[in-house]
Amino acid sequence: MNISIVLIVLLVGAIATYVSGNKLASKIALLTSIAAFGATLYALNAFNGGENLDVNTIWINRPAVNFALHVDGLSMAMLLLTTGLLPLIIASGFVTKFENEKAIYALMLFMGFAMAGTFLAADGFLYYIFWEIALIPIYFIALKWGNGDMEARKKTILKFFIYTFAGSLFMLLAFIYLYTKGGSFDINKLYALQLNSTEKTYIFFAFFLAYAIKIPVVPFHTWQANTYSKAPGVGTMLLSGIMLKMGLYSVLRWQLPLSDSAAKEYMPIIVALSIAGIIYGAVVTLKQKNIKKLLAYSSLSHVGLIAAGLYSLTIEGFQGAVLQMLSHGLVIVGLFYVVELIYNRYNTYEIKEMGGIRIQDTYFASLFMIIMLASVALPTTFNFIGEFNLLYSLFKVNMWYAIIAGTTIILGAFYMLRMFQKVMLGGETKSFQKISKQESIVLVIIVVATIFFGLFPQPIIDLIEPSLQSILTQIK
Amino acid sequence: MSTLIAIVGIGIFCLLAEIMNLRKIIIPVTIVSLMALFGLTLTGNLPEIKGYESMIVMDSYGKIFSCLFILLTALLVLQSAPSYAKGTKVSDFISIKVFMLSGAVAMVTFTNMAMFFLGIEVLSIGLYVLAGSDRLNIKSNEAGMKYFLMGSFASGILLFGIAMLYGATGAFDVATLQEASISASTEYWFYIGVILITIGMLFKVAATPMHFWAPDVYEGSPTQVTAMMSTLAKVTAMASFFKLITILNSQMLYSYTEVIIVVTIATMLFGNIMALRQKKIKRVLAYSGVSHTGFMLLTLLNINEAQNNLLFYATSYAIAGLAAFSVVLFVIKNEDNDQIDNFNGLAKKSPLMAFIMTIALLSMAGIPILAGFFAKFFLLSQIITSGFIGLAIVAIINSMIAVFYYFKVIVAMYTKETEYEKEYANHSEYYIVGIVAAILLLVIGLFPDALMNLL
Repeated sequence: MNISIVLIVLLVGAIATYVSGNKLASKIALLTSIAAFGATLYALNAFNGGENLDVNTIWINRPAVNFALHVDGLSMAMLLLTTGLLPLIIASGFVTKFENEKAIYALMLFMGFAMAGTFLAADGFLYYIFWEIALIPIYFIALKWGNGDMEARKKTILKFFIYTFAGSLFMLLAFIYLYTKGGSFDINKLYALQLNSTEKTYIFFAFFLAYAIKIPVVPFHTWQANTYSKAPGVGTMLLSGIMLKMGLYSVLRWQLPLSDSAAKEYMPIIVALSIAGIIYGAVVTLKQKNIKKLLAYSSLSHVGLIAAGLYSLTIEGFQGAVLQMLSHGLVIVGLFYVVELIYNRYNTYEIKEMGGIRIQDTYFASLFMIIMLASVALPTTFNFIGEFNLLYSLFKVNMWYAIIAGTTIILGAFYMLRMFQKVMLGGETKSFQKISKQESIVLVIIVVATIFFGLFPQPIIDLIEPSLQSILTQIK
Repeated sequence: MSTLIAIVGIGIFCLLAEIMNLRKIIIPVTIVSLMALFGLTLTGNLPEIKGYESMIVMDSYGKIFSCLFILLTALLVLQSAPSYAKGTKVSDFISIKVFMLSGAVAMVTFTNMAMFFLGIEVLSIGLYVLAGSDRLNIKSNEAGMKYFLMGSFASGILLFGIAMLYGATGAFDVATLQEASISASTEYWFYIGVILITIGMLFKVAATPMHFWAPDVYEGSPTQVTAMMSTLAKVTAMASFFKLITILNSQMLYSYTEVIIVVTIATMLFGNIMALRQKKIKRVLAYSGVSHTGFMLLTLLNINEAQNNLLFYATSYAIAGLAAFSVVLFVIKNEDNDQIDNFNGLAKKSPLMAFIMTIALLSMAGIPILAGFFAKFFLLSQIITSGFIGLAIVAIINSMIAVFYYFKVIVAMYTKETEYEKEYANHSEYYIVGIVAAILLLVIGLFPDALMNLL
């Protein structure tokens, strides 16, 4: 058993989905993604049993590139997130009728493949390739199946593509530079490189460009809200649920260990930028009238907190960040799914055209409320544990950081509750068809997972703890 | 030498076939014999013919590039088959293409400047004729005339440069010239000769500021000829330019490096920025070709190590060009109108062709796993290793700009609707060439080693 099986399942599944034709595509895609999740669980079991799941074979001799996948607790957690969310996202696509279904489901699986590869790659070059090809499917998903006026959408999606592509190219430059120094892309050899502090500074910022755009950190966030609102529901879920975690994960795996001294030197500035993102996101969220944009900006605010925790270079920050990545992934997918369900019935994303849903469908409203409360980090939800750790890490760096970031949580609670109130409460204005059992499964799974891990987070903490410690020692 | 003779033999066969009324078999026989020649040359199974003062020597550089040219020509001949299906000129045009190939091979295997000049003239004159080959079309006439006037002017400068070299050394042969280029007592007009040759070659590869002919000539020429210009002719000129510089300036004087850097940056930027504003697909590809020339010129900065990178870049560029032009030929179907609008809705009408075009454009844009990504990667690592980090950043910015206009075509194919019922040129040849090229791009991307280890 080695971990490449998950990648193979996803890739073969993507091809099978495309070949199977429009009628079967959605079912095959769902089966594939469940199979991939099963394979991941199996791998998790083997990993916990101490089995070595790594792959390392030579791919290209000149330059020396290995097809190297490495599994540690961090990669495993991210892989679980990816393959765990993928079936949910695919299932949430069932509420929408897509034209040319085989293509969109195949692209979703292919994107899952690329993202899983990004989380597993232990060779800089391989990692870069996975990182880049994840862009192609989401570009086409957002372009072809997105919503809104085509001209505006085209511009938005192209901006997103070029923005992220530009950032990654600088990362490529950094990788090439590291390669010329050490003659290898292997992650451990790259860690072992002796670089002087100027070189580290350049490397730090080259990586920072790529990741700050992907995460996004203010002021590199301008692509985000528009792209989220133009992409179809499943695309937004893929972007916010998994893809932006690629950036956060990469900070931890590649940027910080490779440029340790620069990371320490610029820590206050970068943390301050991230906190600026928290505040900016929260304030802008207050003014949003479009529910998808509202969630996009609230996501910007949450991700800012995660980034601040990462760049604080403390174990609590790392831990909180990884926990928050997982819980944010779950919750944001749930929220966007709710938005899709409402859109399906009301055909609008405007908040002012919604309302009075609770009295028509209490069950749906309750599920939505739990997910919404999880997103504002109510204790006993999974999000609370991550957020608590993150704030604690900021407190260790500078009390004022923690105070400023903490107040935005109150702001977060305010805008989410207000949104809930406007969307769900009030007298009946439009008729709302109750959600079916099938439609509610995704929400139920998310609610159960959020509360379960909120009560019992220890297995996940045990899983990620050792790998985070070793990354921290690498930096120190 | 034997490869060259064999190619000329194929060309003569094409001419004779016309007389013997064997028109129908010209194209199949040409392709099959070119492919056989490709195999024989690559494996080195061809008997070596000596003589003719050893003016042609098949070293490994010449051999691999000749193979690339033969492969490209075979595909180009196949691609142009539908265009000559009706007319009676098939033997003329196919034989011109084959003779051009002989010129191309001479340009990378020469050991004598006279042979080099013969090669470049055979190639160029063939192109002048082909550019004007659609003789009832005013645009084609214009293209042929423009190309001929400008090209012969450049040839003149080139010849003048060769004369300077002869004046300085009294020799045409490469070994003597190479010696002279390193010796301290060389006359100064040797360097004037080098500069004149550089100017001539910059014209032939369409580098800024000698690129002005390219868009007009590309646009006016019949499309299958444009395909030839932008793939075969460009990479031939580039490979030959590289060989010339290894001979004439193997030490790379600093002042010369500076010239190359300026030209490279100008070529990349100018090509890309101009391509942004174009509305016609042939002009977009022409300007994108100019910017790719800029990338290929980067190999001149490391003349001693970069031949692999040049081979890789030239191959992936030319093959992506072939794939793209197959789709262009398919879409514009002998019409004068080659606006990008023609691609609207192609993804619905012919998903396969749209996919091939997407692969070709993504490869040119340098998106991973395709060949073009590795080509850019090798180039970037080469220039970073030699310390030109600023240049690497310029190259990267150019890669970003290029995404804009490549994606314009992709967006047109996938999101827009055709306004009227459009007829496509449904010829199996276009499919075959497109599919072969797309597969090659993917295979080279998956196994870049195979190509890198050839040289």
